[in-house]
Amino acid sequence: MSLLDIQNLNLSIHDKQILYNVNLQVEPGQVVAVVGESGSGKSMTASAVMQLMPDAAAIEGNIWLDNDDLTVKTENEMCVIRANDIGMIFQEPMTALNPVQTIGAQVIEAVRITHKDLNKSQAIEKAEIVLHRVGLPQERFPLATYPHKLSGGQRQRVVIAIALCQNPKLLIADEPTTALDVTTQAKILKLLKKLVAQDNMGLLLISHDLGVVGEVADHIVIMRNGRVIEQGSRHSFFNNMKEEYSKELVAASQQELKVQKETQEEEIILEVRNLNKEYKLTRKGFFSKGEILQAVNDVSFSIKRGENLGLVGESGCGKSTLTRCILGVDDFESGEILINGEVFNGQKELRKNINVVFQDPYGSFNPRHTVERLVSEPFYLLDKKPTAKESKDQVIEMLMLVGLSKTDIDKYPHEFSGGQRQRIAIARALITNPSVILLDEATSALDVLIRGQILELLEELSKKLGISYLFISHDLATVKNITDRIMVMKDGIIVEQGHTADIYKNPTHPYTKTLLEASPDITRVIENL
Amino acid sequence: MKKLPLNLTIGLILTFMFVFMAALSFVWTPYDVTALDIGSKFLAPNFQHLFGTDHFGRDVFSMVMVGARNAIAVSLVAVGIGMAIGVPLGLWSAATRMNGYGLMDEALMRGNDLIFAFPSLLMAIMITAVFGPGAINAIIAIGIFNIPVFARMTRGAALGLWSREYIMAARVSGKSMMRISYEHILPNILNILIVQATIQFSIAIIAEAALSYVGLGTQPPMPSLGRMLNEAQTMIFFAPWLGFVPGGAIVTMVIGLNLLGDGLRDLLDPKLRIRAAQTRKGEDNNVTT
Repeated sequence: MSLLDIQNLNLSIHDKQILYNVNLQVEPGQVVAVVGESGSGKSMTASAVMQLMPDAAAIEGNIWLDNDDLTVKTENEMCVIRANDIGMIFQEPMTALNPVQTIGAQVIEAVRITHKDLNKSQAIEKAEIVLHRVGLPQERFPLATYPHKLSGGQRQRVVIAIALCQNPKLLIADEPTTALDVTTQAKILKLLKKLVAQDNMGLLLISHDLGVVGEVADHIVIMRNGRVIEQGSRHSFFNNMKEEYSKELVAASQQELKVQKETQEEEIILEVRNLNKEYKLTRKGFFSKGEILQAVNDVSFSIKRGENLGLVGESGCGKSTLTRCILGVDDFESGEILINGEVFNGQKELRKNINVVFQDPYGSFNPRHTVERLVSEPFYLLDKKPTAKESKDQVIEMLMLVGLSKTDIDKYPHEFSGGQRQRIAIARALITNPSVILLDEATSALDVLIRGQILELLEELSKKLGISYLFISHDLATVKNITDRIMVMKDGIIVEQGHTADIYKNPTHPYTKTLLEASPDITRVIENL
Repeated sequence: MKKLPLNLTIGLILTFMFVFMAALSFVWTPYDVTALDIGSKFLAPNFQHLFGTDHFGRDVFSMVMVGARNAIAVSLVAVGIGMAIGVPLGLWSAATRMNGYGLMDEALMRGNDLIFAFPSLLMAIMITAVFGPGAINAIIAIGIFNIPVFARMTRGAALGLWSREYIMAARVSGKSMMRISYEHILPNILNILIVQATIQFSIAIIAEAALSYVGLGTQPPMPSLGRMLNEAQTMIFFAPWLGFVPGGAIVTMVIGLNLLGDGLRDLLDPKLRIRAAQTRKGEDNNVTT
């Protein structure tokens, strides 16, 4: 019998059915990936295994863990099982750790919950071993380290260490790498795969992106609307997909290289010359001098009309700072920004040529304003403001252009899904007829299929209106099919730039190569089956 | 129609009761509050004089009505002053910090701390001692001490909002920091300001009573709850209603406003609202199973 065996699981909350007849098995030493869009019930399945469902949930069916039915356990019995047999890793490493406790204290706590017979020094020893296993050696990351000194990936390693302390039979990881950079993502997944093999654990890996988990999963389960619609071993899944939806998912993760435009316009619409931006770090002591962080270091580039440029780098490389400088929101130490050949320092006339779409579709809108007011906000930049009627007509025109309907104009942002909000954000960016739009991770908070639709929309708009994009991302793969040229940024410096195809085929800088290798690529998965 | 939280309902009823009584006192009181009637002094509560009469034979119920009116008027104007100056100050402070003028923000906030550092009641006594006792000076004194409370709270809430992406979008649209503060920040922090205003209102009522108690607030012959308490002190053993009635009025008014503030917070804070809804759902579930 399998390690985890979910049989005919039905779950409903307040008479609303969430899961329909879910069947899935995890064998010891096996990585099972559950893939689906948000709302598909994948996280709820994991909660059901942990028996951590909302109060109102009614559950039918059986969940067997090692021949023990979890659905009939009392809360007290479940506590023992959660402590000893199941480990859980969450999405957000920034909030999963207690910020006022050292990582040592948190790992030791987990050790002592499971191994009550260990004395203090033995527990410390065990914690050190576990941290070493997840790649946090004592020489560099002593037990007395506080979480805020660690990066997102390192924190996620601590979370994994805490889960490992209990020697669980089953590990559940709910989107463990979604909040991380691609390079870190690849390392964490590799680590999980290795640990599972070493300890003969089962791993239930939940993700919205088939491309990400495709490489590590032994068995793939596709979920949609609370149902398992297709599952199979990695080999058989990729070779004989039957469901249309699975094919769509694969297609969405498979990005084609953009076809190069035949004729290039020569007019430069945005130019950045030798831009430098420094941040003063907080002083260590009252009299010591504050250190300076060079966030953007001598960056120069230009965008021609209608050209799409990608800016790729991991978090903290300075790409967001650069965006803020270009938008005229942050000051910078030296250098020049030219819009349409004129030096830009905050003038309204130039500002209307540039706009921005942000990453977070939820934080980008004032929740108290209607769509009409939100989309028409950039009209403030025009010298001659349109009348209420003209403004409304233009907002409607923009909404239609981005694929929304004209009745949406009186709605509030919370009435829209993530993808629709991103369309509203694009409408807002387009309304002053800008020549460049900055897309700051504009698609990374979206599900794969929605991401594909937004990218398509952007491409269509670029062709139709002749606008340029500066597409900022941490992932080389997402910018692949929309950009003509790519710049790779590291520690505030542009380390490589060139045509997209060249960067993909012949990356010269070692960092670009690392990024390319780390980037999830389903084509590579299928080739290496 | 959603069910209102219980504390909000009670708070609303108590507050409305006092506001109604105070408003009514403009046009009608059972007896004239300044008319002396020595013949009927120290009458215990009865049907003619609901709360009895004092040492001059004045009707205590009428005095409480007018006293409550004065307390509410003083507090309303004082909290108004505090908000009118404190909120823009806080908005400005936050805006300067987020737009690269952190020094200005520091200066404003340290000035704020300076006002905060003075014991408020002592300072109020000093102001009235210098400029003379009276309702106007009490208003100014209480108003000044409301400024830093609102300024600090507004700044804190505004700073949190300034890092939101929709504020960035507004900045990219070239809006000035004052305009952003007014259009985007203020409406989104209004709920916490309203809650704070009700709390400050109850504190102001106590402050007004305290000032009147020491004789620096509303002046005779205008009745005032604080002064009624003071005068009742010597007569508390043979005419206890003279102390209990104004004291009880102050306590009920303050409790009413505090409940109102708490209730409004429950109603306006979405995070708390969701939590409350979840516990309610949980209860429902327990009932059915």
